[in-house]
Amino acid sequence: MTTTTTGGATFKGAVGSAHTRVEGRDKVTGAARYAGEIPFARLAHGWFVLSTVARGRVRSVEDGPVLGMPGVVAVLHHANAPRVDTDYVGLLGTAPDPTAAVFQHDRVPHAGWPVALVVADTSEQAREAAEALVVHYEQEPHDVTFAAEHPDAYPLDSHGPAVAEKGDLESELAASAVVVDAEYTTPEEHHNPMEPHAATARWDGGRLEVVDSNQGTMWVAGELANLFSLDPASVRVRSEHVGGGFGSKGVRAHQVAAVMAATVLRRPVRVVMTRRQMFSLAGYRSPTRQRLRLGADAGGRLRALEHRSLSLTSTVHEFIETAAGPARTMYDADAHHTANRVVRLDVPTPTWMRAPGEAPGSFALESAFDELAERCGLDPIELRARNEPALGPVSGLPFSGRNLLACFREGARRFGWADRDPRPGVRRDGRWLLGTGTAAASFPAGAAPSTAAVTAEADGTFTVRINAADIGTGARTALTLVAADALETAPERVRVRIGDSDFGPAFIAGGSMGTRSWAWAVTAAAEELLERLTPGAAIPPEGITVRSDTTEAVGALARKERHSFGAQFAEVAVDPATGEVRVRRMLGIFAAGRIVNPLTARGQFVGGMTWGISMALHEEAVRDHATGGHYGADLAGYHVAAHADVPSVEADWIEDPDPDDPVGIKGIGEIGIVGAAAAIANAVWHATGVRHRHLPIRPDRVLTAGAPSA
Amino acid sequence: MAPAPTSTYSAITLHINGEKHTLSVDHRTTLLDALRERLDLTGTKKGCDQGQCGACTVLLDGRRAVSCLQLAVAAEGREITTVEGLAEDGRLHPVQQAFLDLDGYQCGYCTPGQICSAIAVIEEHAAGWPSAVTEDVRPEAGPPPLTDDEIRERMSGNLCRCGAYVSIVQAVSRAAATTPADRAGTGTTTRAHGADTDSTDPHGTEAAA
Repeated sequence: MTTTTTGGATFKGAVGSAHTRVEGRDKVTGAARYAGEIPFARLAHGWFVLSTVARGRVRSVEDGPVLGMPGVVAVLHHANAPRVDTDYVGLLGTAPDPTAAVFQHDRVPHAGWPVALVVADTSEQAREAAEALVVHYEQEPHDVTFAAEHPDAYPLDSHGPAVAEKGDLESELAASAVVVDAEYTTPEEHHNPMEPHAATARWDGGRLEVVDSNQGTMWVAGELANLFSLDPASVRVRSEHVGGGFGSKGVRAHQVAAVMAATVLRRPVRVVMTRRQMFSLAGYRSPTRQRLRLGADAGGRLRALEHRSLSLTSTVHEFIETAAGPARTMYDADAHHTANRVVRLDVPTPTWMRAPGEAPGSFALESAFDELAERCGLDPIELRARNEPALGPVSGLPFSGRNLLACFREGARRFGWADRDPRPGVRRDGRWLLGTGTAAASFPAGAAPSTAAVTAEADGTFTVRINAADIGTGARTALTLVAADALETAPERVRVRIGDSDFGPAFIAGGSMGTRSWAWAVTAAAEELLERLTPGAAIPPEGITVRSDTTEAVGALARKERHSFGAQFAEVAVDPATGEVRVRRMLGIFAAGRIVNPLTARGQFVGGMTWGISMALHEEAVRDHATGGHYGADLAGYHVAAHADVPSVEADWIEDPDPDDPVGIKGIGEIGIVGAAAAIANAVWHATGVRHRHLPIRPDRVLTAGAPSA
Repeated sequence: MAPAPTSTYSAITLHINGEKHTLSVDHRTTLLDALRERLDLTGTKKGCDQGQCGACTVLLDGRRAVSCLQLAVAAEGREITTVEGLAEDGRLHPVQQAFLDLDGYQCGYCTPGQICSAIAVIEEHAAGWPSAVTEDVRPEAGPPPLTDDEIRERMSGNLCRCGAYVSIVQAVSRAAATTPADRAGTGTTTRAHGADTDSTDPHGTEAAA
């Protein structure tokens, strides 16, 4: 907390001290309205009908009988739906996922593909009619098998190159005193935000208005304008409260279908995905197969590092889970080979899910490091200390800050790591075997251009307008604190309005870049406004507004290795009789830039670590090879961690302000999950003496993995 | 929008947050949809619509229930309390206040269900109901200490995907310690004031339902 004096009044900085959420009262009283909860006159309800085959063609949609059912006003499908344009590059620099461009042709590329939208006066009528709709298919053989060595797999560039290689891998491995060579797998995982995807579309005086649940209204508005060939100024998307996103809430079938139906019917139409439909329509994290080969000299210094990752995508769109990416930041070696490959199968398109690349990649890499430490007879933290790179291992660029070892030191002290007996399988608490594990974490720290407007109101308050999204991160509150500091006023005098595409371009809530990108724009506008205000002078009734655009400033950032870092610690108990694994405690220490609001930031870190528990022990979507669809596509069949699974989870941070950011922010939304599953898996090894290289660590896997080696 | 009673619709009266609401509902309408779609009580959330997530938890005669598995026509005559009916004269219920103060949420979508569930948990515990983690379940043993493990076990029907469990448990623990016995639950409490069933529209221009 800083204190400065302006105009005789004492100004106390708000950034860095705990503040409850500005919208908190609305959330605990039920007053906060989410996308599907805003009433409209003459609202109609759309209900998706999804394909029951995994590959083929729609031969016919028997809409006649359904159109005669009570309340049904339309059945949209490939033969009658408005056409959309998918030949463009969107805000994020990619072509649209055709999965969102519904009803454009008769092809069925995966099970759960939208084949029709039934629209009716009430949701009950729409649901019954959707369930009654008969669709005939011409079925073709499908392939949903994610095999280790699929002949059609190919390398795919993403934000970085698919393949990065330096040095002679085989000769360095041959010359290594110690080698780890292991395969790790992670399953298909689903975001499952608590609020299902929901959108209401309507035309209002020549303008398309969409109330939606998304991670960036400008992003969705731009995609809809492109898809429907509309003037971008004639599309407005709002998203005031968002019930979780985690990467899944971008442009999806529900918005497009709602716009189509509202266009055809000239009345407001709401489309809400059911929980089951979300498993096919909302995106997911691809399963991965990863091979790690590490070679080190007797002292643990890496000579060879190879990380190869295979993930899958759909037949209609390319997306790659870059699990081999983290090694390019974390560790150097004389021979350093990383490769991300993908295979196209008859499945839905995967997408970003909390810490894409880093979450599954860190499981494999940090597990392999623990195996290497064991074979070298080194403490896992010491092994990492011996492999700290001075420069980016692949880029050769300097780090903007790399406080990884400081995180390990602080974490080890607080976790009690120094007293740890490294031998596995020797600690008991009744029927439980106990163990502890650790892992490193990293996630890129970035900023993207954004605009903001800050208004000094005549009543002495301030209004900030920025197209930010608060998907539960606390961004609205953080920006209030940032604006207050820049305006040298109290947070209570600042009103932050977000989630409206009319506020102008701003980056999405994604890539752990949202709050940093928005705070930069808010700070720039607020500082300029403060300069313009004349002390004592009256403010006109319309207020005084300053707009900012950070495009130039963000573009001027020097190229560096920019990341947040962290150290994860876990203690587990394993029951060898039942195979049950219980996490007893976790600690994460992070170096993740300046922390704006400690209250909500802790929630971001702990929430990510809770995802790590869930990833390590519970989450797994299983595909039925016969039908190409999921088994148990719901919250009973797909387990996410519940209260009883989550013990004491503690997160804290060390001082690590980013010197190149006006506020010092790096970004905290994703790093909490990175390394968390590896720390748990490493603790399971320490408890039992058995390595678990396949997630989740289910009871049956523990039971069949063999007896403790110790 | 309310059709006349037919073989598929009935006129019913629901008692919600101390107020009577008479409406005609489709027999297929769940209590959850009646609250959200018909009565504009959208504080109760739909997370899965099949009884697996707890977001739609309300209090029925003081006991927690998932409103997505309850037909509206079957809720006649029950005293229904939703998240909108918990604050009294603008003063938050201690559980609501604890969630706010301790950041027992993130996106807020599971929050109304968590809060309704927590209120019932505190009352169930005070009434001596054991849970799966209660060590001594003999009736004469009395209520076990409301440890964090007890809270976690009893709250496990309410999923929070943001992963706010740690602070939710802290909030429930604090609220349990500060909730006067006569305010713990709502089973026997009649709430005289209404909730947001009047037409106050927080969103201005577009509401016209």
